[in-house]
Amino acid sequence: MSLKYDLSAGTTRGLNQKLHSLGIANNTESINVINPNGAHALAVGLSSPLKINIQGHVGYYCAGMNQMAEVTVDGNAGPAVAENMMSGYITVTGNVSHYAGATAHGGTLLVCGDASSRCGISLKGADIIVKGSVGHMSAFMAQSGRMVVCGDAGEALGDSLYETRLYVRGSVASLGADCVQKSMAEKHKNELEALLICAGITGADAAEFNRFGSARKLYNFKVDNADAY
Amino acid sequence: MPIKKDGDGPINVNELRSRLKESATYPREVIAEIQRAAETGIYDIRGWGAKRSVPNFDDLLFLGASMSRYPLEGYREKCTTSVTLGTRFATKPIELKIPITVAGMSFGALSGAAKEALGRGATIAGTSTTTGDGGMTPEEREHSDLLVYQLLPSRYGMNPDDLRKADAIEIVVGQGAKPGGGGMLLGQKISERVAGMRDLPQEIDQRSACRHPDWTGPDDLAIKIQELREITNWEKPIYIKIGAARTYYDTALAVKAGADVVVLDGMQGGTAATQDVFIEHVGIPTLPALRQAVEALQELDMHRKVQLIVSGGIRSGADVAKALAMGADAVSIGVAALIALGDNSPAFEKEYNSLGTSAGFYDDWHEGRDPAGISTQDEELAARFDPVMGGRRLANYLNVLTLETQTLARANGKSHVHNLEPEDLVALTIEAAAMAGVPLAGTDWIPGRK
Repeated sequence: MSLKYDLSAGTTRGLNQKLHSLGIANNTESINVINPNGAHALAVGLSSPLKINIQGHVGYYCAGMNQMAEVTVDGNAGPAVAENMMSGYITVTGNVSHYAGATAHGGTLLVCGDASSRCGISLKGADIIVKGSVGHMSAFMAQSGRMVVCGDAGEALGDSLYETRLYVRGSVASLGADCVQKSMAEKHKNELEALLICAGITGADAAEFNRFGSARKLYNFKVDNADAY
Repeated sequence: MPIKKDGDGPINVNELRSRLKESATYPREVIAEIQRAAETGIYDIRGWGAKRSVPNFDDLLFLGASMSRYPLEGYREKCTTSVTLGTRFATKPIELKIPITVAGMSFGALSGAAKEALGRGATIAGTSTTTGDGGMTPEEREHSDLLVYQLLPSRYGMNPDDLRKADAIEIVVGQGAKPGGGGMLLGQKISERVAGMRDLPQEIDQRSACRHPDWTGPDDLAIKIQELREITNWEKPIYIKIGAARTYYDTALAVKAGADVVVLDGMQGGTAATQDVFIEHVGIPTLPALRQAVEALQELDMHRKVQLIVSGGIRSGADVAKALAMGADAVSIGVAALIALGDNSPAFEKEYNSLGTSAGFYDDWHEGRDPAGISTQDEELAARFDPVMGGRRLANYLNVLTLETQTLARANGKSHVHNLEPEDLVALTIEAAAMAGVPLAGTDWIPGRK
């Protein structure tokens, strides 16, 4: 069954209540949301395998803390789209603002345009795939999971990185503290190819990407590393 | 001046001390710190809160009742203590039987059993306890009737299922021991379970960020709060915790951002691990911070509508009563709760000595070698601690705090502890009078006011 929710007539509260109740009832497969007009906190806290298509631009925290749902934003997204996502699949057809996928634990965030600064900040296990470029300080303190950038990366990529694996096809303006380029072994190419296939990206060859990760030199405080901070 | 020795006999230490002059600028602890810094090349990290002397609740007195005020009869006339938190927006405010809560302390900094004991003790006493950096453990949830779930910058262990299980949500902007500082859990305390909950490898230093990853400033925070309310169906009270700094403005901004409850932590508030220089030199004491927060709430006509919880150096019922009289709705305890559980117990004196310290002084909570088994992840040490007994001890302590608070409230003629008011207080020092905004004892003078 497919439903439509018009935000020019309804409210954010009304939409989220509807989505939460549909999750409990579990008898609706897809919902089209129209006229979002940049509203914040749309489709947040979902915990069932709903399919939601938001036709237009959204504000902050769209699909925040998502579990299982597939959410597509047919437009641009404001800050922290898919923040702390646990599972599911979030697609933004346009560009995204700061902190996209912040602290996300699982699931996949696909950005078809560009992502602004701090994309994947404190990432905790999710996959973020950006068809365009990412801004400065992306993957800051990212702990686990993977981030794929088909375009370029801004300054201080992967600053204070933990175990997240970063794949960048274009240029990297600069690397952050303790982030280094690493070799692309066969297993990494295979991993990247799987991620590209998952995102439906056919125009990029895994061999064109470079891999970045943590040098692991700052994992334990040593006074001799003080100038790195 | 050289000390003369009498022949080859032993030096009389007491006589020696009476002749030596210690530098006020370089007392022995300063010399020791310079020597330690020169040896190690790293700043001193420790737990606990500020140890320096600052104006505090001991500098205030209650006037009590006499000709112009009627007291209430102790043990006969009722003096109620209940508190409702989260009445502004939450559809399910929480009800505490006593105006004393247990502050956020992480599983990681503390053992699982210690967290369980905090929940047990708070539950017996009819109040809430709080998670910490690292998320919510099942034991903690099971043993806490009322559990406040912290949303911290690190977001370690943050997940929507636990968010929905919580009774309230506390957005931690800062803490009194280190306003502007992030968390620190050193590698020696990162067990497999702690590492798993935080999505990080074992045995590495876990430094929690000092800023939230997905908002900057109060305008963003208002939208973040909207998201949290949407996820939890607008049911849960949302607290904002701030370290005491620019408290008047920070409180006003927390209200503006949409808080149901403001939690204000003064510089005496504890930490699991922070640089000593940060603890001792950043932030302001609880006393002036509380006054500033109350003034901000009153100015916005939000006093008692947005509840205020105060922490940082709350040790006795006198502290509780004075904080309430100054305008707090409740207080929160951290260090005192750990001491009630058994931290720094003289029973472990020999072991404290082997760690180079003594009962009453032990503050190396970050090292994970706590003989009392509280601030550790070492299984053998943690096994020493009985969470049932610990919970009982905490409940006893909370009961004493409550009884003391009631005693003081009755003495001032109050039938509810919230009826205590600044008019019941005087200050012993000019500094405390200025900071607390109450008159110097025996005068009607409040420094700084016309």
